[in-house]
Parts: sequence; C-alpha cells; structure tokens
Amino acid sequence: MSDTVIKVDNLSKKYLISHQQTERYVALRDVMADKAKSLGRRVLSPFRSSLSAPRSTLEDFFALKDVSFEIKRGDRVGIIGRNGAGKSTLLKVLSRITEPTTGRIEIKGRVASLLEVGTGFHPELTGRENIFLNGAILGMTKAEIKRKFDEIVDFAEIEKFLDTPVKRYSSGMYVRLAFAVAAHLEPEILIVDEVLAVGDAQFQKKCLGKMEEVGREGRTVLFVSHNMGAIITLCEYSILLNSGFIEAIGLTSNVVSKYTIGEQQTENTFLPERGKRTGDGRAYIEKVKVSPNPLRTAEPVEFEFTIDRSHDGRDIQVELAIAVKTEAGTPLFQIYSQHMGRTFLLRQGKTIINAKVDNFYLAPGNYWVNVWMGAGDEPVDWIQNAMLLQVEPGFLVAGQCADSRGYPVIVPSSWDKIDLSPDFLE
Amino acid sequence: MSEEISLIIEAGRTEKHYWLDLWRYRELFYFLAWRDILVRYKQTVIGIAWALIRPFLTMVVFTVVFGKLAKLPSEGVPYPIMVFAAMLPWQFFSNALSEASNSLVGNANLISKVYFPRLIIPASSVITSFVDFLISGVILVGLMAWYRFVPDWRIITLPLFIGIAFAAAMGAGLWLTALNVKYRDFRYIVPFIVQFGLYISPVGFSSSIVPSRWRLLYSLNPMVGVIDGFRWAILGSESKIYLPGFIISMVIVAALLITGIMYFRKTEKSFADVI
Repeated sequence: MSDTVIKVDNLSKKYLISHQQTERYVALRDVMADKAKSLGRRVLSPFRSSLSAPRSTLEDFFALKDVSFEIKRGDRVGIIGRNGAGKSTLLKVLSRITEPTTGRIEIKGRVASLLEVGTGFHPELTGRENIFLNGAILGMTKAEIKRKFDEIVDFAEIEKFLDTPVKRYSSGMYVRLAFAVAAHLEPEILIVDEVLAVGDAQFQKKCLGKMEEVGREGRTVLFVSHNMGAIITLCEYSILLNSGFIEAIGLTSNVVSKYTIGEQQTENTFLPERGKRTGDGRAYIEKVKVSPNPLRTAEPVEFEFTIDRSHDGRDIQVELAIAVKTEAGTPLFQIYSQHMGRTFLLRQGKTIINAKVDNFYLAPGNYWVNVWMGAGDEPVDWIQNAMLLQVEPGFLVAGQCADSRGYPVIVPSSWDKIDLSPDFLE
Repeated sequence: MSEEISLIIEAGRTEKHYWLDLWRYRELFYFLAWRDILVRYKQTVIGIAWALIRPFLTMVVFTVVFGKLAKLPSEGVPYPIMVFAAMLPWQFFSNALSEASNSLVGNANLISKVYFPRLIIPASSVITSFVDFLISGVILVGLMAWYRFVPDWRIITLPLFIGIAFAAAMGAGLWLTALNVKYRDFRYIVPFIVQFGLYISPVGFSSSIVPSRWRLLYSLNPMVGVIDGFRWAILGSESKIYLPGFIISMVIVAALLITGIMYFRKTEKSFADVI
C-alpha cells in the first residue's frame, strides 16, 4: 500500500512575540494601568505624540513557513533540525493542539501523539489508576486499556508497585510506566517527540524496538529526535527543518548527512574568560573555536586558537596544548603541539593556530578542557576549565557508541573469530 | 481498527467533527471526573465526609441566623429543610463555578501536549461537583426523615431543575474558564462571585420576602430561578413559584449556556498558545 495518509500544503504558523517586559498572559490590571499611564502622559504633556512611548514591540514570528509534504501509509519519517527549527510546532499542529495560521493538512486515520512522556499523570494516583487515566487521555477506550493492562505492566516492569502512588516512584519507573502506556496505543499514525531522551540506555533500546514494531505493523510513525543514531535506525525518510522551512526531504541517510554538514558550519567558539587564568601576559588566547558543532564520538575535530600578542617586545616561541578532563575533573589525555614536534613563533598582532584530530575517540558526555600556551616550561597563558566540551553519540566503523558506561576513552580495535567447534570440520 | 477517519486541519475552520469527537472521547469525561474525585480526598482523614460537613454546617448557621434570630418566614415547612433545598443547588453551582474556572489553567500541561475536545475539562469538573451534590443530597433525605416531611408529586420534576442547575453551572463555568486562560484576574473574581452570590441568592431565606416590585429585577440572577424551582419541587404545595421571574431566570440560563459554549469554542483554538 502506498496511499497518502498525511498531506500538508503550505502550512504556516505565526506567533506574535513581544520584546520588552510583558508577562505570558494579559492581566486586566496591566491593560488598565497602561491606559491610566498613557492618559497621565497625555495630561502632563499634551503636545507630545502618543506614539513616542511604545510599551512593547510586537513582532511576527513564523515557527513554520510554507511547509508542504506528503507521507504515505506505513512510512516511518524522522523530523530533524536544530533547536527552534519548528519541529515541535509542526507536531503540535499535526496533533491538533494548536491551529495553523495558514495552510491545510489532510490526515487519514486515527492519530495518537506522544509529545511528552506521562502527560496527565497525577502524582497522587497509583500506577494502576494512572494507566487508566493516561490511556484515556491519549485516546484509548476503557475496554482497550483493560485488554492491554497486563501487557503494559509487563513492559514497564512495575508489577510490585502497581498500587503505590506514582509520586513515590523513582524517575526511571515513572518514565517506563508512561512510555509503556503510550507504546500500547494502536493508532494508524503515531507522532512521537523526543521522548527517548529520558530513561537509561537499555530502556531507550526497548522503546526504539517497540517503535520499529509499530512501523512494521504498517502504521505510520513520525519521529522527532536529536539522536541521529535513532533516526537512522528507525526511519527510512526524513525531513530537515531549518527556521520553519523544509531544508531537505528524502532518504534519511541523505538528509542526515546534509544536517551534519550544516551543523559543522555553525560556530562553536569559546571565550576563555571564565576559567582560572595564569601566565606572564606576553600573549593571550583570545578564543578557541571547536568544530564541528556538536562534536561526535570518533569524528574529526578541529581546534582553532586565536592568539593576540599586542605586547611589543621580542617575538616569542610558544607551544600549545589542550588537556581533556572528565566532568568530575579526572585528567584523561592531552593534545600537545610539542609531542608532534611543533612550536610557533608569535609576531606582534594576531595569530591563528589550528590543531586537528582525525578521530576524536571520546565517548558521549561532557568534558572539561584546559588550554595551555607556554614558552619552554613557563606558562604564557594557561586557562583551566576554559570550556566544557559536549560530545554526542557518533558512529565508529560500523557500530555506534551511545553511552560511555563510565569509560570515556575509546580505543579502536579490530576483531576476529576462529571457530573451534567440531561441526566446523564437516 | 475502526473505520477510516479523514481529518482536515485548516486555519479558522470550525471543525465539523467536534461534537463527534466529544462523543468519541466520552470516557474521558468519566476519567477526569474520577481522577478529581479520587484525588480530592486522598490523604484526608475523614475523606468524603467533607462533602457532607460543609453544607450541613452552613445550613445550621443559616437556620439559626435567618430562621431563629431574624425569624424570616419559612414557606410553611421546617426552616432547615427550606434552607437545605436551596443549599443543594447553590453548593453545586458555586463548587462547579470555582472548579470549572480553574480547570483549564490547572490542566495546562494536558492542553499543551494532547489533543481532545477542550470542553471536556470544564465539563468534567462540573460533573465532579455534581457527585458532591448527590452526596449532600443524603442530608436532605435525612432532614426529611427527621422532620417526618413527605414531599408530594412535584418531587418527580426535580431532575428537570437539576438539569437547569447543570446548565447554569456549565454556562457560567465555560465563560469563566475561557476568560481565565487569558486573564488570570478571574482567579480572584470567581471567589467574589461565589461569596456575594450566597447572599444575593435566596439561599438562607425564601425569595418570597423580596418586595414584589423588585422580584423581576431579582430574577435576573439565574440562581433565583433555579433555587425557586428546587423549593417548588421539594417543599410541595406550600411553595409558590413566581412565574415571570422564573422565565427570566431560565432565559438567562439558556443565554449563559449558549454564549458560553460559543465563546469557549471561539477561544479554544488558541488555548495551547496562550496558556
């Protein structure tokens, strides 16, 4: 079957955003105070134009602009893009939570959307009660929930705590229960927004498996995620959004690579000001740019130092180093120019120095970085904790590193197998 | 899987499926009301008894103040019964009003994350209050047994008046909850309405003590008609209904309900953006 189930035509969604003050909601008080103020202003200075004191400026903001696409039955489609690209707005419009400003959408079939895990869970209610409540909110009938109750409890692994109020649950149990309810919906179209960001690696795997299963049953899945690994494994097609426009649409592999290339061009600059700084002051590290952004495990990385030597005097010979530590501060490794036999002569003015690492074998996580510039053993400019590097999951040769499991450094390796079992001889 | 449902989403299009959806989500009414009732008396010692104590004590106070101290007429029935016949619809109306008006804001997380006809939220808080209403109805039965008071045939018309009370609560609740989403001022206005309403509605006294030339004006308060109706049905032949006033009250209830639904439907689409 390849008939269209979702057809989106020139969809736009406009928000009014206000600059200056203003609270999220209008209060009569403000409206009245405003009227009084402008009246007062007019009485005090009757000749000044009332336009001279605008209270706040409103600006149109298009979260989505002229978006059109079609999705066929049984497709699993990923939606990717940077923060604020309009992904969530698109899902909200598709799930009828908010209305489009212009455009038209045609949807065939029952839609269930999962924009948040555990929507409508009530902390005072027990696990059992919440399964029914949450199921009903997501659009299941009571009979349907009853039929799947055991399956849900099984999936969530919370049998023992069924009659405990969920406010006493651990956050892991809470998320498991919430996802379990949603996973047992049986809509023709399932819309999922970044719910896999929660939960541990094992549970994430379970959820991905469940979503794959949903797709195999011929149902349509729309999936938003920042986790490219998940998008690649789950979706055949993808849509790349960029500030409300569709930038690319098509096979996932093409769209994802377009996204990662686009990402690399965006800057990731650190101004090492907040760290602890020591040195003789003959030159300064003005900034360090790290690309690509975000960094991914096992992918190439480039550090670009901008160095300022305004101090006049003799030219100095310096070496540069980058030291990487865990978030807790345990030293991990160094990238040192002198190890590669390089030192640099700094003339007066600005200098840019590049360091490249072919494969950055660091597991996903956050890492503190010290940068060091020295002449001999004397620090010229040494900044501790100059930046916090964020490393995201990436692909190694064929596998994926999604989790450090407490060991941040990865050493590439090759593996072989020799079969010694007797039936090998036959 | 059920029949193929085709859905069209467009700007400014009032959805044709709305009432159908409301029917499809009918179980949600029940679940939300059920949640509110369950949650209400969790971690309380005497639990559901609170639904009995509050109206009962108010009734006692009104009987003492208006019946014993002020010696107001009681339409020929025991004063407590007369007070309670009005107390029931009034408590229902005022609870429904305060809960419905806060219901959307209180369920903001639902509104911004899941689709369902929004009407369900205020409606189920009215249903929650209706359950309290039924529970406190027990007190009325108790009072009747205590005073050996037997209602006449008119008691069978009571469901009609309950329906009117429901419509009044719903209409006012819809207005206030929709306004409250945008203007949080209504959070402060509603308790005032409820507080004043108790005194300007004929709860502690019979509406017959209102001078007749003011009665038509008095009936602009929709609860006057509802309460008079309740008394007429429960207290029997002694109680008389003031027909012109009753009609005015009913017209206002109907207007409140219809405009309430219209206003709610109109603003509903932007709830997720505003809340």
